Amino acid sequence: MSTRTFKIWRGDSAGGEFHQYDAEVDEGMVVLDVLHRIQALQANDLAIRWNCKAGKCGSCSMEINGRPSLACMTRMNTFGPDEVITVQPLKAFPVIKDLTCDVSWNYEQNKRIAPFKPKPRGRDGEHRMYQQDVDRVQEFRKCIECFLCQDVCHVVRDRGRKDAFVGPRFMVRLASLEMHPLDDDDRIPEIKKEYGSGMCNITKCCTDTCPEHINITDNGIIPLKERVVDRYYDPLARLARLFAGRRVRTKTRTEEQSG
Amino acid sequence: MNVSEIQTFEHDVLVIGAGGAGLRAAIECSARGLNTGVISKSLLGKAHTVMAEGGMAASLGNVDRRDNWKIHFRDTMRGGKFLNQWRMAELHAKQAPDRVRELEEWGAVFDRTPDGLINQRNFGGHRYPRLAHVGDRTGLELIRTLQDHGVHQGIHFHMECTALRLLLDGGRIAGVAGYWRETGRFVLFRTSAVIMATGGGGKAWNVTSNSWEYTGDGAALAYEAGAELMDLEFTQFHPTGMVWPPSVRGTLVTEGVRGDGGILLNNKGERFMFNYIPKRFAPETADTILEADKWPEDPSARRPPELLTRDVVARAIRAEVQAGRGSPHGGAFLDIASRRPAESIKRKLPSMYHQFKELAEVDITTTPMEVGPTLHYFMGGIRVDADTQQTNVPGLFACGECAAGLHGANRLGGNSLSDLIVFGRLAGVGVAAYLSDSTSTPRPDDEQITAAFREATGILNRETGENPYLMHEALQEVMSTNVGIVRTGEELQIAVEQLKALKVRAQNLKAPGTSQYNPGWHEALSVKSLLIVGEAVARAAFIREESRGAHTRLDFEGERDECARFNVVTKKGPGGEMQVQKVERADPPEELAAIANATLEDLEGGRVG
Repeated sequence: MSTRTFKIWRGDSAGGEFHQYDAEVDEGMVVLDVLHRIQALQANDLAIRWNCKAGKCGSCSMEINGRPSLACMTRMNTFGPDEVITVQPLKAFPVIKDLTCDVSWNYEQNKRIAPFKPKPRGRDGEHRMYQQDVDRVQEFRKCIECFLCQDVCHVVRDRGRKDAFVGPRFMVRLASLEMHPLDDDDRIPEIKKEYGSGMCNITKCCTDTCPEHINITDNGIIPLKERVVDRYYDPLARLARLFAGRRVRTKTRTEEQSG
Repeated sequence: MNVSEIQTFEHDVLVIGAGGAGLRAAIECSARGLNTGVISKSLLGKAHTVMAEGGMAASLGNVDRRDNWKIHFRDTMRGGKFLNQWRMAELHAKQAPDRVRELEEWGAVFDRTPDGLINQRNFGGHRYPRLAHVGDRTGLELIRTLQDHGVHQGIHFHMECTALRLLLDGGRIAGVAGYWRETGRFVLFRTSAVIMATGGGGKAWNVTSNSWEYTGDGAALAYEAGAELMDLEFTQFHPTGMVWPPSVRGTLVTEGVRGDGGILLNNKGERFMFNYIPKRFAPETADTILEADKWPEDPSARRPPELLTRDVVARAIRAEVQAGRGSPHGGAFLDIASRRPAESIKRKLPSMYHQFKELAEVDITTTPMEVGPTLHYFMGGIRVDADTQQTNVPGLFACGECAAGLHGANRLGGNSLSDLIVFGRLAGVGVAAYLSDSTSTPRPDDEQITAAFREATGILNRETGENPYLMHEALQEVMSTNVGIVRTGEELQIAVEQLKALKVRAQNLKAPGTSQYNPGWHEALSVKSLLIVGEAVARAAFIREESRGAHTRLDFEGERDECARFNVVTKKGPGGEMQVQKVERADPPEELAAIANATLEDLEGGRVG
């Protein structure tokens, strides 16, 4: 057991400041354990979100020594022996209180995405998909919605363009639908014009941050960008479609409805 | 306090809880044209369902064509030591395959068989590979599928909102009083029906796989409203929780590790499970290492004893540790490293690989895990009608872990996720039928509403009082010491006495700070639920004088025939005291009894059922 110093941001939407706490730390503890000990013994009303404490629910997202992290997966022995540990809420979202922030914007983005639209079942009443065809989709579906990728995304965090880009989390969700062997919907015009695939400039910060090690940029966002390019900017593909008499959607549903 | 000034929502039905059961129930209600609200203590998609790892049991027969609902039903009854509600076990086994296929229709991506169908894995107590799964993160797949489907069904989601009390009008459900965690403001839901889907109460113990949300709220609120609770003595200790480091003690290690070939060893390197095979399972369990190692490739080999039901394995690990044959941190070794290639372990058990690597600095592809029993699941809960999921309180329904009946004395792994989707749906069907028969809208009187809010604000307003976190720890100490994996009458009585004393002290809980996002206040409010549930478990365990399934009494060894004839039912008496009684079980329909009691040869040979 040793005593460690924590600086925890305390406050609400009106403002706040860092408070210092000294806490006893036992072998094997993670940051969330220490925060709980501080909460139980020194600051009963310290606001923290958490659930599973095993990196599976994505609730305890916060910035630990400046790095967006899950508190339940950040082991205390990763810090130097005298290092002060600074903990603050995610920067990209409005703070509610202490370490909790209002992540409702993310839920709104999710709702904007059109639901899964399954192809009809085969004659035997089954949907057949092969493992090699679902491996990639399963990678995306590992997402625990911790929103750390949203927090580090430059478009969301620094440029504040929540109006133009749904963020890496929902690009991955779109990729999981787009590459789903059974999904029968065409989502390319929306991916370009409504969800903002062009906003991402591939700095890969989201991929570096993902606690589930999802290859967000290379496997998710870049293939979506490529599909957009194929649809809108590839002259050969356009010519081929013209000769074959094949039409593809280039307008979003909203555009189609408004004529 | 003026009730008309409180924020009010009107719904036909309010679902309390947004895990698998709550979401499936809400989807069904909405599909049947009901104005449906859902409240959840956490954000959407964070419920404890995400922790479910191994899979959901359904006799799809994709991996072994011999599987069918009768064999699933038989396995469930035998796993539950014949204390299950027969009709619930029947409905569950019959409907689970359709519910799983429906998830696929909503976007779920299960692991596949070589011919492109939903893959199924072996699990303890299941005769055939039966668990549809996605690696070891099946719960996440379930909740995300229901969430992403649900948000397009016109359901009203109220996140981070906690129920304080069920409101009644002449004994019928009339509403729910609650509060927003974020602001601490009170909220009133006017509704004629409530579906409880709140999960269990594992947080009454200190070593548990459960998250903070598992404080038995559903059972406690229903109990206060006059509903009967049943089978609460049956609390499942999952045999394999992490035992080290201390801060993650109790975190679950999926049974899938054993389903995929993992074995249990003591500190002498012995596969000790061969010494703990119960008579009932002896004909279907391998009794030599040679035979166990041939399974499942050789169809004539019987199942390895590591895949016996959870109650058996948990007690065996405990006995090995007590005999001085435990691992360094007081558990057993769970070894998959020497059994399967590293790549296959990483592919089939990615979360376990990740969890041990990050939290315990152990590489499970080279090193055995240390595991031990952890409080995992409540077989008992709110007593419901099998077909409609309605309780004895008109308008109150329950489904999922907070409802009792499907699992009897012990739940089989994999039967929980399928429970959620089968009975979540049936609860929705039940509510729709209830509402179409009801002619008037019940209204709660203001007094009930203001009383609920007054009680909650008392915790914030008093000058001094007890620390809610330390009170919760004291309660966990009582339950873990006296109502553990093995029990005695004496210890159970001590637990009841100590809980009484805690109840008195809990009148004086104090949460410092304001009502805005104040976890100390939330903790104080959940202590009340935990005290009710804890007492109900201890009292039910006291009057079941036998050892059956997950309930083990050192002073009453073995199953007793006369104890198979009743379930233990708990309810609030007229004077506010807790009443516990044995309720006679009805005789099962002959056809079901014949299936459950048949030998496998007769059942599979078509000679029975």
